[in-house]
Amino acid sequence: MNIEPHVSAEQFDVREYMRLDLFPHFLCPGCGHGMALRAMMWALYENEISMDKLAVVSGIGCSGRLGAYIDSNTFHTTHGRPLAFATGLALARPDLHVVVITGDGDCLAIGGNHLIHACRRNLNMTCLMLNNEVYGMTGGQVSPTTSTDRYTTTTPYGNYEPVFDSCKLAEAAGAGFVGREVTMQVPTLKDLIRQAFDYNGFSFVEIISDCTEIFGRKNQLGESAEMILSQKAATRPDSYGTKVDEPFRPNPLKTGVLVRSERPEYRAVNYQGKKSK
Amino acid sequence: MLAIAKRKNVQGNEACALGAIAAGCRFFAGYPITPSSEVAEGMARELFAVGGVFVQMEDEIASMGAIVGASMGGKKSMTATSGPGFSLKQENLGYAAMTETPCVVVNVMRGGPSTGMPTRPGQGDIMQARWGTHGDHPIIVLSPASVGEIYSETVRAFNLSEALRVPVVLLYDETIGHLMETIDLTPPPPETIVERKWAKGDKDGFLPYAETDDLVPEMARPGDGYRVHTTGLTHDERGFPTQVPEKASRAVERLLEKLDHHAELIESYEEIDCGDADVVITAIGITARAARRAIKNLRAKGIKAGVFRPITLWPFPEAAFSKAVEGAKSVLVAEMNAGQLATEIERICGGEPGVVRLNRIGGEVITPAQIEKSVEEVLK
Ligand SMILES: Cc1ncc(C[n+]2csc(CCOP(=O)(O)OP(=O)(O)O)c2C)c(N)n1
Ligand code: SF4
Ligand SMILES: [Mg+2]
Repeated sequence: MNIEPHVSAEQFDVREYMRLDLFPHFLCPGCGHGMALRAMMWALYENEISMDKLAVVSGIGCSGRLGAYIDSNTFHTTHGRPLAFATGLALARPDLHVVVITGDGDCLAIGGNHLIHACRRNLNMTCLMLNNEVYGMTGGQVSPTTSTDRYTTTTPYGNYEPVFDSCKLAEAAGAGFVGREVTMQVPTLKDLIRQAFDYNGFSFVEIISDCTEIFGRKNQLGESAEMILSQKAATRPDSYGTKVDEPFRPNPLKTGVLVRSERPEYRAVNYQGKKSK
Repeated sequence: MLAIAKRKNVQGNEACALGAIAAGCRFFAGYPITPSSEVAEGMARELFAVGGVFVQMEDEIASMGAIVGASMGGKKSMTATSGPGFSLKQENLGYAAMTETPCVVVNVMRGGPSTGMPTRPGQGDIMQARWGTHGDHPIIVLSPASVGEIYSETVRAFNLSEALRVPVVLLYDETIGHLMETIDLTPPPPETIVERKWAKGDKDGFLPYAETDDLVPEMARPGDGYRVHTTGLTHDERGFPTQVPEKASRAVERLLEKLDHHAELIESYEEIDCGDADVVITAIGITARAARRAIKNLRAKGIKAGVFRPITLWPFPEAAFSKAVEGAKSVLVAEMNAGQLATEIERICGGEPGVVRLNRIGGEVITPAQIEKSVEEVLK
């Protein structure tokens, strides 16, 4: 599908996709996870994915709790393991559209091995990793993506460990589709997610989210708006080419579609009729 | 169905794979580990023929997650492992118990703890099988003692798991797993194969964890329009997290009561010559077979001994056991560990009759002669 960037905000009513009886939701004011969720549901709407045929598998964390708000088949699994559960579900039920929602800790620390192998297998599903640089749910501990020198409850003198680039990791492990986006422009994020949904194989999207209440406060990064603006400033949108991006350095995290390969999907090879050894 | 001769000489682990296929298992995820790998190898071969899915995952945590995921999608699912892998599976096994997702976990016991003795038999996971995952949780553990019984108990494991929406562990020692015996592989009659109770009624207001008379709620199949939320968090009848004390306690109570309510269906044991026995030997797996031989020899010498063998190990068949040991002077618990089943037996007996332990942990099986000697000492 050639996804034309467009804004269908008028027709799209996010409330139709949500379990409104669970409101008020648990997210802190300004939390970036909310925008990520909105973008995801908007992408579902525009790609006309049936909520009955959708299966959302999430891990444990603030990110993992998002699943419950989606009016669909939702599976809130164990910390770090949503990709493992999703692999079983997707293999058992090829008719379902499987989407994984995970956090930076969930996906890259405790669940890192599952991510690597999910990329390698290239089984059809989409993994949305909400990267807020911190363990939000447990009160703000360091994560594999916490920027150098940032303060967290377990790096009281600043973070001295190197940072993971999850997209490079996913690409190296063989993910068929890799993308990254910030939450500042929800339509842009939505368009990226739409392409990930549309890809036949394992698609990985890193969504740069912001934990305003804990990480933002601890590091005096300002309110949500300021955090999002500085996230945007620290990225280098691929689509803008090389010249315009100069001002965005020295932390040029690439955004947009970073990988789209023609690798065969996990089930593309058919061994039916073959003799066993 | 599989094209197999009805009587065949097969290995215990292979019988497990064949039993699973016969029970309707159509998804297997695993990770190689001695002495269980032949179960995975059997499934890799057999599942293909019946259009099922086999996947070797990156570790045991992922294997356990994958079989629960596949079961949530509606497929009867199984994994197989041994000690170290069984430890890794525990968190997701608890998730299956909490979310009431049927699945079968095979643990072929080797010597432990830790890496222990990979190629030697052990029975050191009796307590882990019951209490391996955290929190109060329901679980059924079956302990076959022959190749034929591995086949039939694997089928029963699936039937119980599907009927009661509870994870079932099939627990046997390496010796039984690697034993070759000629067994009857006639598939169980189709009408005896249990299928899960799928939700069929009203979608509006459907309560995925409703209190029903049999305490087993109907399961909603994703794609059927029920749009259910599944979580390992303590949840209410709607399936959403709750911290209301009454609802939270009821949620766990029902899980535990569910097994009590179906005790008759779950319970299974073998009792040999316990009626007039002065000493009743309690054992599982290969040790129970040594006990069987031992009582024959003892009776030939005029010593009245019997065997009580739990086939359903957990929940332990307490009432049947109590009855079997009523007139006995002593109970001898023989097991290849430092004394695990013995603690449960001591609790049940409460001093009457007295309990004597026979333990062996070096990776060697307990022999009939050792059991006979222990019985003779008890009666001295
Ligand atoms: C096995 C296990 N270890 C630890 C935890 C505690 N825990 C819950 S959420 C979490 C981290 C979540 O961080 P992340 O994945 O980045 O999600 P976020 O809350 O930031 O969205 C941890 C460590 C757990 N639930 N399970
Ligand atoms: S703790 Fe952080 S990540 Fe969690 S809801 Fe609050 S702002 Fe969002
Ligand atoms: Mg995080």
